[in-house]
Order: sequence, then C-alpha cells, then structure tokens
Amino acid sequence: MSALTTELLVIDIPGRADGRALDLDLQPGQVWGVLGPNGAGKTTLLHTLAGLRAPRSGQVRISGQPLAQMRRRAVAQQLGLIFQERQDGFPATVLETALIGRHPYLSPWRMEGAEEFQRANEALAALDVGHLKDRLVSTLSGGERQRVAIATVLTQAPDIWLADEPTNHLDLHHQSAVMALLNRQAQSGRTVFMCLHDLNMAARWCDHVLLLYPDGEACWGPAAEMLVPEALEALFNQPLAMATVNGAPVFVPIV
Amino acid sequence: MRPLTIPLMALALCSVSALVLSVTVGSAPVALADVWAVLAGQGNDLANTLVLELRVPRSVAAFVTGGLLAVAGALMQVLLRNPLADPYVLGLSGGAAVGALLAMLAGLGSVVVSGSAFAGALVATLMVFGLAHGTGSWTPSRLLLTGVVVASGWGAIITLMLAISPANRLPGMLYWLMGDMSYARAPWFALVVLVAVCLLVVPFGRSLNVLARGPMQAAALGVSVRPLEWTIYLVASLLTAVAVTTAGSIGFVGLIVPHMLRLVLGNDQRLILPACALAGGTLLTLADTLARTVIAPEQLPVGVITALIGVPTFLFLLYRSR
Repeated sequence: MSALTTELLVIDIPGRADGRALDLDLQPGQVWGVLGPNGAGKTTLLHTLAGLRAPRSGQVRISGQPLAQMRRRAVAQQLGLIFQERQDGFPATVLETALIGRHPYLSPWRMEGAEEFQRANEALAALDVGHLKDRLVSTLSGGERQRVAIATVLTQAPDIWLADEPTNHLDLHHQSAVMALLNRQAQSGRTVFMCLHDLNMAARWCDHVLLLYPDGEACWGPAAEMLVPEALEALFNQPLAMATVNGAPVFVPIV
Repeated sequence: MRPLTIPLMALALCSVSALVLSVTVGSAPVALADVWAVLAGQGNDLANTLVLELRVPRSVAAFVTGGLLAVAGALMQVLLRNPLADPYVLGLSGGAAVGALLAMLAGLGSVVVSGSAFAGALVATLMVFGLAHGTGSWTPSRLLLTGVVVASGWGAIITLMLAISPANRLPGMLYWLMGDMSYARAPWFALVVLVAVCLLVVPFGRSLNVLARGPMQAAALGVSVRPLEWTIYLVASLLTAVAVTTAGSIGFVGLIVPHMLRLVLGNDQRLILPACALAGGTLLTLADTLARTVIAPEQLPVGVITALIGVPTFLFLLYRSR
C-alpha cells in the first residue's frame, strides 16, 4: 500500500498559475528528492503534504486516508517533518527538544517515562549530539541545531519522513551521515521525501526525483530518468558538466 | 522521571508560611495559638471577627489574586511567544479600569465597582478577540499589536476620566489603578477558578511546551494549534478578569513571577503553571502584609510593594542566570 499519494494536487503559491497538478505515489522504502530553483515551491509542497497548508486544489492521502479529514495527532503519528527554519522560543535543552518527538503518542495525563527518554537518548546519539543533551539549544552551532532537529524526528519515528534541506548547515561528514541515516530509514520500510539543493546528493541517495519549475510545471520519475543534464540545465537555468564518479553521476556548474 | 514534586512541595510550604504570617501580623497582632483556637472553633469574639472576617479573607484574596495573575502571565507569554507579555498586555486591565472608574465616578459601592470592572474586562477581551480575528490571517503578532493599541486607547480614556473627576474621588481611583486589596472580601469564587484552572492546564501542559516551539512545529507534532491558542487566550483572560475584579490592576506579578520560575526551574509548563499559582500567591500575600503594616494604620497600594520586592529579586536572578 502506498505511504502517501497526491491526487491532482496543486499547491497554493499566491500569484502563480496552477501549472501541472501532482499525482505522486510514494511507496514504502522509496527515497524521493525534490529539486528546483529558489521560490519554485519546494517548502510549500512539503508543508502541504504535511497538512500544514491547504492546497489550492486536489488532495493528499496518507495510507489511503484523506489528510484533510485526519486529526493532527493521527497525522503526527505517521508523518514527521524536518523544518528548514526553526524558532527558538523559550530556552530548552537538547534532550527536552528531542523528547517532544514523543508528544503525538502520549496521552495528556502521561509524563514521559523511561521508554521515551531511551528513544530520545538513542536518537541524539545516532545524530552525534548525545554529548550535548544538557546544553541549551540556543547555545549550539547551526549544524548542531540541525542535527538536534533531525534527532527530534527520529525520536518521533514516523513512517513518512518529510525533510526540508536536511543537510543545511552540516559539515561534509555529517551531510553524508544524515543522508545515510535517511537511507537506512527507507531500507527499514519507511518513506523519505526531501527537498535538496545539491544535485549530487540527489544523484547519490535518491531513487526517485521530482523536478519543480518556477512556473508550476513539474515532472517526476525514477532518478536515473530525471537526472539528465538537459533537464537540470533548463531547471536551474545553469550550464552543467556531468561526470561519473564511483558509479554515480556528478554535476558541476560551468561558467 | 523528573522530580516535579520537590519544587512544588517547597513552594507549597512557602505559601502556607506566607498565609500564616499574613493572618498573624497586622495593626493588632494575633498570636499563632489564638489563630489555631479560632480555626478550631474555640476563639473569643474579638479574635473570631479579626481572623475570620478580616484577616483570612484578605490573605486568601491576596494569595488567589497573585496566583491568578502569575498563571495568566505565564499563559500569555506562551501564547504570544513573547517574554514581555503579561496579563494586561492585551488591554484587559484597561477595560476593567474604565469599568471600575466609571462606577466610582458615579459614586457606587464596591460591589458595583467589582462587577463593572469584570464587565469592562470582558468587553476588552471580546473587542481584541474580534478585531484580531479581522479579515486576514491570524498571528500572535497581530493579536499583540491589536491588544497594545487597544490598551493605549483605554489608557487615554482612563486619563480623561481622572482629569475630569472631582478631587475627593481621586485617591480611591488611583489606589484602584495601582492595585488595592482593601476591597477584596469574597475571594472564594476566585479561589475556585484558580484551583480549577490549575487542574485543567496540567493535561494541556505538554501541548503548551510544544506550542512554545512555534505553531508550525507544534502542528507537525500533532497539536491542533488554533483551538489551543484561543483556549489559552480565553482562559488567561478569564483569570485576569477575576484577578482584576478582586483587587484592581496589580502590576508586575504576572510578568515577573513566571520569569523568575523559568530561570530557576526550566521551562516545562506542567511544572511552571502550578508553580506560578503558588509563587504568585506567596509574593502577593507577603506584599499585601507589608502594604498594610509598614505605615499602619494607613495602607499602601500593594502594587507598589510587589514592584519594590520583585524588581531586585528578578534582577538578581537574571544576573545569576546562564
């Protein structure tokens, strides 16, 4: 059964024509990459899939159920979202921040117990921020905060991962580590759908790709069919050279 | 499990001590043994009147008012995600003050003044609620801006009323504006509201913690953001309206107590909200005790004392914090 499908979905970007409606079918085990220039609507698409914004038309289904009819809590038990931007709000420690990932599963009267603490600690360790767990999030570097945010979703343990530029602010090693972690999630039967800026990351880690054009046009399919220089040059309005390194295509901007 | 109960037990102990102190100290001191005798039903007439009809209602009123204001302030800070928010930030005290001053100007009694203040608070709440709803999208900054602008409107009306009031009514009006416990006589309704709200907000506590991370993050973690935000707004407004009706607009408690507790106890609303009720109550009980004893038999406006105790304590905690 599909993890997430969209039926004639048009995201709502003010002042833009409808373009091509999206009929996506995300299966368990797939890793999707969304590519497109600034302002093409990648973040808006993610928020629409998560039910945080209403679409202009069409609908989203999660495990066959219409998203618009689901309670927020039921959505959060199946779908997690790594935001591109975060508000700090009130001071909170790293461990407290990871623990809120369990919020969708706990009844109002229940306090976090040993199981929740264990999940949060394991998630923080998996993202290499376990040693920071008593620090205030506001005192961390950008990359460390990004890893804490990913650890929060790992604590949430959703079947569908939506990630808005998950490698933002990360150093090279942690970029690869995070992509490997997302891939392991997919291998264990979950679905990953992420916006990316780095074509080479998409080529290396994604099996499906969605190209979003600024005018609302879109095309999607297996990564090998989508990641061809002509299509990408038109998408980003940027001449590219392609090489093959370790069996994966590598794109380099020229001029 | 985090030990939530230890700080609450300590604060409860402080609260009881403050209440006992407040009942025994005054222009006519009552020995602890006499208070005990009265409560056990064996006191003499004088002690009975003093304790049961004067001291206990006033101490409880001060405690409950402080608790209401501190809880309302903590809720407003989460709602608006703004550390400067206090129970009055959205103009509620202004509406209440206009109601109270109108009643005073008409020379009506203290019961009418309280009722009129409550009505004013409700009008102010509904007005900001309706205007912030508007035609566009709803955001905390829009609510904040609407509230602040409406509050300055109330401020102008209050100044106008003070300017045209006969001189003999002015002291009472100024005392009300600075917070005055001497009207407070029947705190039992307010007490019920405070206890009920504390019990109600505990199961909401974790949702509030998530909401404090921003509405998008909260929605992504399964919180129905809009209904929760309106609930917080209405509950905080009700708490403030009850507090203002009991004792006039007492500044400072609602702003400073939640911050003090956050600096010491962290930011888990399940702990902070009941702790606010206890600490706010303790602070205002002590402040009121001072207000009616420092220059007895004259009384000071209690708001002056809360500021004089609160400012240095808060600055000390802020200076010491990480």
